Amino acid sequence: MKYYRTHVLVCVDPECLGKGAHDIEDALQDELVAQGLIDEVQVLETSRIGGCSHGPEMMVYPDGVHYVGMTVDDIPFLVEEHFLKGRIAKKFLLPRVEVKDEELSAPTSKEVRVVLRNCGKVDPENIEDYIAEDGYQALGKVLGSMTSDQVIEEVLASGLRGRGGAGFPAGKKWQFCRASKGTPKFVICNADEGDPGAFMNRRVLEGDPHAVIEGMIIAAYAIGSSRGYIYCRAEYPLAVRTLNIAIKQARALGLLGEDILGSGFSFDLEVRIGAGAFVCGEETALMGSIEGKRGEPRPRPPFPAVSGLWAKPSNVNNVETYANVPQIILNGAKWYASMGTEKSKGTKTFALAGDVNHTGLIEVPLGINMREVVYDIAQGIKDGKKLKAVQIGGPMGGCLPEEYLDRPIDYESLAAAGTIMGSGGLVVMDEDTCMVDIARFFMEFIQDESCGKCTPCRVGTRRMLEILQRICKGEGKNGDIETLEMLCKQIRATSLCGLGQGAPNPVESTLKHFRKEYEAHIFEKRCPAKVCKGLIRYDITDTCTGCTVCLRNCPVGAITGDRRKLHVIDTDTCIRCGICMQVCNFNAIEIN
Amino acid sequence: MPAVKSLDELKRLKEDAIAKRNAKTTAGTVQVTVAMGTCGIAAGARETMRAILDTIETEGLSGVVIKQTGCIGLCELEPIIQVEVGGAPKVTYGKVSVDQAKLIMKEHVVGGHVVTELVIPAK
Repeated sequence: MKYYRTHVLVCVDPECLGKGAHDIEDALQDELVAQGLIDEVQVLETSRIGGCSHGPEMMVYPDGVHYVGMTVDDIPFLVEEHFLKGRIAKKFLLPRVEVKDEELSAPTSKEVRVVLRNCGKVDPENIEDYIAEDGYQALGKVLGSMTSDQVIEEVLASGLRGRGGAGFPAGKKWQFCRASKGTPKFVICNADEGDPGAFMNRRVLEGDPHAVIEGMIIAAYAIGSSRGYIYCRAEYPLAVRTLNIAIKQARALGLLGEDILGSGFSFDLEVRIGAGAFVCGEETALMGSIEGKRGEPRPRPPFPAVSGLWAKPSNVNNVETYANVPQIILNGAKWYASMGTEKSKGTKTFALAGDVNHTGLIEVPLGINMREVVYDIAQGIKDGKKLKAVQIGGPMGGCLPEEYLDRPIDYESLAAAGTIMGSGGLVVMDEDTCMVDIARFFMEFIQDESCGKCTPCRVGTRRMLEILQRICKGEGKNGDIETLEMLCKQIRATSLCGLGQGAPNPVESTLKHFRKEYEAHIFEKRCPAKVCKGLIRYDITDTCTGCTVCLRNCPVGAITGDRRKLHVIDTDTCIRCGICMQVCNFNAIEIN
Repeated sequence: MPAVKSLDELKRLKEDAIAKRNAKTTAGTVQVTVAMGTCGIAAGARETMRAILDTIETEGLSGVVIKQTGCIGLCELEPIIQVEVGGAPKVTYGKVSVDQAKLIMKEHVVGGHVVTELVIPAK
């Protein structure tokens, strides 16, 4: 094979072409011939070096030098300087801006990356990068050497469960759908990730879209479907863009469309964009939305596997579930099942947030305990404070206190503790968090996102929110806790979908583990964490030097006092904004 | 890109994609740097470079990265090449002729033995 010491990759994206990339390429070739370097330096075409805004652009390897903005007249200089003499032509360098990935950093030793393995490693807009990482090899294996039943067997044996949160075995879902009569059958990907602060799926869609597409094609082959949809929320414009590019490239290679890889199997898919309703992440509401109807859940049964999209058998899994599938096929069910616990196999992605030193995306084998996640991966609580609770499972999840830290993270253990796995939201809260306030926050979200179809959910969550708001204001009364408990039970029992059935979770779990805090709010009119504004007052202690900083900064003029004399806060005027506490240099302000 | 019509074609596409990506990697186990200042070129560094590239091609070596540098201040000893194997310290050779370059490639880069008689002695 011909050996070149240097490779020059010239960007030939439409934008760079418009700026004369082809002329640059020709000039490079001519100049390399003229200077006798044509056998040593190879010119190649590529796409997407840096976004084309500085075009024309080129990358020089092995030096890894990125040149931008040169003209044809500059080429002789560039060739002589860099390719002959090895000096970097500084005037064409793009100032390099180091971008730190705040969302996804290098894995710690406790992490295992299966779903996130390619994120940040492959160019999501270049299918070749994915193919170089074994991309579509699983599809090739499936179409070339496996029957549909064998594929389902493999997924069943892997123990993969739905990563959207409910944890239904994926293989079983596929089996039901395959057994259903009726054509066409649909394969649907739920990419309506809506939990506040959760972005595991977005990252996969933006960073490795082909893994999801490949997983969907394999699922389609297994259940006998020819048509698929990815339902992605409109708040993820980049994910939609990346998906559409990926689908186009897969089609161009014949990996989507008629007669895939010459096997006779045909499948194609398209992206449908949601309109911002949280409830559309529920599978029946999601299908309604794809059909163009109002996004409202409907009773099950019939389950989607029997009568789903347009009343045809449909299979709905989420992004993470599909992204696992190619890896399971390639590495075998045994490999996948070797990770995790007896009933919860494989890995799970989480979006870590809250009062920890390290936030962002992680992927851990199931069965890991919460303590390892909080103290080893997330590097402990910020400012050396104590942990109060971990909120897992999104808004319909629950809060777990410290005693639960040593329990494994798996579907069954979490359910037993009164929360859910959810899609991967994980919020760590320190000792300064008020659990009643947290319950109020999540209830506000749920109440807002209730679609309104079931009265208990529509009205009940509203009533619960009102009670919680009252308690936080210091107007809680005897019997409130009992009313909340009753509402929890009724809403759970009488709502159609996961949103209503899960709506009581934030209140129930905080009542279960932090009942004392509710009681302190209601009976002692006291917020132990000093968060609820209606239950706290700011006072100035005698360490006050009378410097007047607080007086000048108070937005409502609630502070009075002469220079060098002790200042006083008028509690009736005070709005509890806390500015005085922030600006005081002598720690003379305290919350009571 | 034409459509892929079989698993074999897909495998070929994967090999191509890997080859393309490898062309982009800056990491190599061995790095040979040829001084390409005006002094170096005048003393025959281009021919030395050519000889090194020919050796890589004919021997089918992999993992070797060729880089260039400028004048290192020892013009009287040009052409100069520096060889870095793995984490070992850089070895600097002086007055490297075409034949000597081939010898260095064979002994040092492939064999792992420094060609001591060609190394520029420390003063």
